[in-house]
Amino acid sequence: MAVHRRLEVSEVGAVTVVRFVDRKILDAANIQELGDELFGLVEQESRKNLLLNFSNVEFMSSAALNKLIVLNKKVQGVGGKLRLSNLRPEIYDVFVITRLNTVFDIKADEADALAAFGK
Amino acid sequence: MDDHWNWSSELRIPSDTSVTSEAIEPLLERLQSAAWNPRDVFGVHLAVEEALVNAIKHGNREDLSKSVHVAFRTNQECVQIEIADEGPGFDPGTVPDPTDADHIDQPNGRGIMLMRSFMSRVEFNDLGNRVLLEKCRSE
Repeated sequence: MAVHRRLEVSEVGAVTVVRFVDRKILDAANIQELGDELFGLVEQESRKNLLLNFSNVEFMSSAALNKLIVLNKKVQGVGGKLRLSNLRPEIYDVFVITRLNTVFDIKADEADALAAFGK
Repeated sequence: MDDHWNWSSELRIPSDTSVTSEAIEPLLERLQSAAWNPRDVFGVHLAVEEALVNAIKHGNREDLSKSVHVAFRTNQECVQIEIADEGPGFDPGTVPDPTDADHIDQPNGRGIMLMRSFMSRVEFNDLGNRVLLEKCRSE
């Protein structure tokens, strides 16, 4: 099992649930590390179905969005699904402004997102 | 014109993206202590972070011999931020719309759009190496 410093990783059935350690996803080095850990879930740990729970996240910049876009492509590349949940309104606004809400499957909460994996 | 601001701060930061949070903190504390609503504070924080990262990465190309000059000003209703880098500048009109179908799934290119969305005013100088951001309270 890989060691994660920026993520809390658990499994619910066939879904890997990821929570973020940092309340503010900001610092370039942290974002780089975060991206590496997220990509490692797919590339090293062969996980296909990822649910990113943002309940702990109060702030994120576009540098973090860039990592999510790359992660989404990696998950799609292995035939998996990436879903996001528990975004606070300000962060959801960022997805709407950039229209990334049309790229990512965003659910209100973890239960909704987990249910969507079962469909 | 400047005398209608009741708080100001100027600083020069190195071309290192790891210092942006520390640079922004005094401004955020100022807004929070003046009871700005959290959504506005979030927007100002995001816009300034994006502008600083652009100045450091795209303007100064992370050249540590170059600095980014930052000025914060606030009064009861509005906040103004000026961020200038020492790079050659750019034409913001040439930045592709990141929401276009051709760019929607591309990393990068969303910073300026977020600045324009969250701030009341975003103006670049002619050279494109200095940006003025302004935001007035929503309520």
